[in-house]
Amino acid sequence: MPATLHLPAILAKLADAKVIESAGATVGALVSDVATRYPSLAPRLRDADGQPYPFVTFYLNDEDIRFHGGFDAPLADGDEITVVPAIAGG
Amino acid sequence: MLAASTLTLLPQHCKLCGTEYPAEPIAICSECLGPLEPTYPRDRVYPDRDDIERRAPSLWRYREWLPFDGEPVYSHDTGFTPLIEAPCLAAALGVGRAWVKNDAVAQPTLSFKDRVVASAINAAHALGLGVVGCASTGNLANAVAAHAARAGLPAWIFIPEDLEPAKVIGTAVYGANLVRVRGHYDDVNRLCVQLADRFGWGIVNVNLRGYYGEGSKTMAFEIAEQLGWRLPTAVVAPMAGGSLLTKLRKGFGEFLSAELVNGPAPKLFGAQASGCAPIVRLVESGAAKLTPEIPNTVARSIAIGNPADGPFAARAMVESGGWGAHVSDAEIVAGIRLLAETTGVFTETAGGTTVAAALKLAREGRLGQDDEVVVCITGNGLKTTDVVRDVLPEAPVVDAKVREVAALVAARPAPSAREAGFPGA
Repeated sequence: MPATLHLPAILAKLADAKVIESAGATVGALVSDVATRYPSLAPRLRDADGQPYPFVTFYLNDEDIRFHGGFDAPLADGDEITVVPAIAGG
Repeated sequence: MLAASTLTLLPQHCKLCGTEYPAEPIAICSECLGPLEPTYPRDRVYPDRDDIERRAPSLWRYREWLPFDGEPVYSHDTGFTPLIEAPCLAAALGVGRAWVKNDAVAQPTLSFKDRVVASAINAAHALGLGVVGCASTGNLANAVAAHAARAGLPAWIFIPEDLEPAKVIGTAVYGANLVRVRGHYDDVNRLCVQLADRFGWGIVNVNLRGYYGEGSKTMAFEIAEQLGWRLPTAVVAPMAGGSLLTKLRKGFGEFLSAELVNGPAPKLFGAQASGCAPIVRLVESGAAKLTPEIPNTVARSIAIGNPADGPFAARAMVESGGWGAHVSDAEIVAGIRLLAETTGVFTETAGGTTVAAALKLAREGRLGQDDEVVVCITGNGLKTTDVVRDVLPEAPVVDAKVREVAALVAARPAPSAREAGFPGA
């Protein structure tokens, strides 16, 4: 499914883009595609086990993907995924 | 209008990978996205007990442990709240001795958030920032609005839509730009991270977070000094984002390193509401990763389902020999009443959570007669009166006649929290 990945400024410079168009059946598949295309961004999206990097949070249409199966969360056409640094608030 | 000052801010480094950064409004490492914290100069000269005792009674008496060079410009009245011995609470808990660290009377906005904002507003000044802001569950909103008003800075403050009226009013009154966001705190927090990117404001708990958090250490410093330059065996504190627990640990450690106190560091115990207890559940499960929760509790001030410092707070509890406890909403309300009836301190829901958790920990045998326990009360009950209004006995109305009062005296008064059978009280 075609979807859009939005990066925070701190990661956008690694990809030289704030918004990346990609596709995948799940959030994890989309992230895998992005990681392949942007190798310097890859370790800030996934950890060594292929799970979400612990210092970012992925939101699928404004909802934390951890409430929807994590990287297994399914994507629909036109979905928006936002990556937000996890260290904030409190 | 900013006052002229030579106040400067210390540089920062990444707590995880050590990468160094100059003093800027950034709070995460561009290499690993870990948290930044201030870098204190190795040659900094620290005061001794006598030096500290001669200083004014505010958190600035510990200024060498705060991330500045020079004199603070704002918020000189924040900190040095009372530490009250609480023998009736100790008896209720079944511990050797107990004290209340009473940030319910913190200045100027009656919560421990005045400590972190005192640090952040001076950081904003040192960086020359023209706008400050925050994502808040209420107390931080009050504090940022008030400290910004003093500094003459516009403030943009974001809160969940359904906060208690007293916390909304106690923010708006300072003239802040207050925005209520549909959703939970975690939605507000995500929005503020994105806003910091977009507008470049000094959002105290986002891009000023490394400087802001250091203010929490002063609660540990004050506990040590007010106990007569010694440490308690245990400290119980509420957890929302988890930062307070980590900073208490850091603060006690810094006073031990400075040889201002001796002996073992206190065991740290964290309290959460059962309706939002991701950090306690992380401790209990021993899991590698925190599982976020969608909050559902009356304790809105600590209702953070995705706590940024959760893993660090869990480590602080376990490594210090402490633990965590979560309590139901009914126990939270009973905890508010127990504290009021045993100490004369009226706290908000976060304080009720802390008292109820202390009771639970004592009943589990994690606190006992050998313990000297400090219970950190971080907020004021007048901000959350709605949760106790319906459980308190209604005051009778009489004509101004002695016989009507005599009839009341003859009748048994309404039961107190203890008499009503608060578990363990």
